[in-house]
Amino acid sequence: MMSDIESLLKRAVKEIQPGSILNLGIGLPTQLLNYLPDDLDVLIHSENGVLGSWKQAPREQMSASLIDAAGAYVSTVEGSSFFDSAVSFAMIRRSKIDLTMIGAFEVDQQGNLANWKIPGKFSPGIGGAMELAQKTPRIVVLMTHCDKQGRSKILQQCRLPVTAYHCISRIITDKAVMDVTPEGLIVREITEGMTPDQLQEITEARLIFAEEMCSL
Amino acid sequence: MNKTTSIEEAIAAIPSGAVIMVGGFGSPGTPFSLIDELLRQGQRNLTLIKNDANEAGIGISKLIEQGRVDRLITTHIGLNKTAIEWMNSQRLVVEFHPQGMLAEKIRTAGAGSYGFLTDIGLHSEITRPEQLLEWQGKQYKMEMALKADFALLHAARADRFGNLIYEGSAMNFNPLMAMAADQVIVETPACFEPGELLPNQIHTPCAFVDRLVVLPQLTQEYRIMEHHVRH
Repeated sequence: MMSDIESLLKRAVKEIQPGSILNLGIGLPTQLLNYLPDDLDVLIHSENGVLGSWKQAPREQMSASLIDAAGAYVSTVEGSSFFDSAVSFAMIRRSKIDLTMIGAFEVDQQGNLANWKIPGKFSPGIGGAMELAQKTPRIVVLMTHCDKQGRSKILQQCRLPVTAYHCISRIITDKAVMDVTPEGLIVREITEGMTPDQLQEITEARLIFAEEMCSL
Repeated sequence: MNKTTSIEEAIAAIPSGAVIMVGGFGSPGTPFSLIDELLRQGQRNLTLIKNDANEAGIGISKLIEQGRVDRLITTHIGLNKTAIEWMNSQRLVVEFHPQGMLAEKIRTAGAGSYGFLTDIGLHSEITRPEQLLEWQGKQYKMEMALKADFALLHAARADRFGNLIYEGSAMNFNPLMAMAADQVIVETPACFEPGELLPNQIHTPCAFVDRLVVLPQLTQEYRIMEHHVRH
């Protein structure tokens, strides 16, 4: 049987438009690499200065001088390029990255994202998250619906320091696919066997259920 | 023109209390040999500027673990639990910047300018009120350029004039830092005669480089790290 995370990742692959440029944040999004079909027409941007990075290279082709931002010894696709960190972030701030899939500690129904700091507990730094979140035209958050204690990570208002405001387009969790709209969070897909009431029960944010909701 | 020098002499130019930029994003592009010589020579009270803190036990983490670094200006240290412990126990002051802001601050200094305007993090807690500036009805954040006394860099290839070529993702902050420090010290495992590297392949022109250290061999730290290989 497929795990919840596995089905989340398989669902996330469908977000990628052919011919687009994509950035995958550390955590769940980088795991997505393993699920991408090898003939996918996409260029993956890595903040450390790679456009066209791909899955882990075969052993004999691995280079100690080539990693992605998550530290994996990646291969590159045909048509890839290397550049310095200023160029890499110029690409981000000029919105040349079409889609960023990113992890989150918390999100809220206004599309705000908190993923860089849990005061007093965990603050390893900002990395590239703030610029990616603020400047990528489409941000899709990949995360578990609830934390390890079972508390909702989808809130009415973020409580943690916010990485970027009103930046999220879509949230994909192990339970549902939701779009951030001016009206609020619209549930487009729900995991099989779960009712809208049950989903609202485990979600702090107020949910709006689309008329034509499919199963995840 | 010959910038090559011994590693001892190159690092001896650095006094205690210096502000030092260090190239590298993770391991690629990190000048491990120059860092080890700095560790051996004993300079203290250093301020380091580097994208990350390497991993525990290697690179600049060795300097941190020996209490030689007062202050680290960086973007993310999540891969180094030891550095996080030093930060949390207030033995190391850490200043975090968004990664592209750190790169741009260094690039700006390297271009001989003093600052730039941005909207990154404008409404977040990383922005102090005195950085805010309004111009023609729009709000911006002022970011100052970031310079250093020294830069320690790694190049895949160089010539003895100090022309540099980087490889793969080992480029990262190296060419930016080469332009933003008063004294630039570069290590390379492959040094060529002038003319052997093609002019249109040079990433950093030699005018920015002061000292070039040719490494007789690369240590373990430059190789593939097994714990990053997924099986």
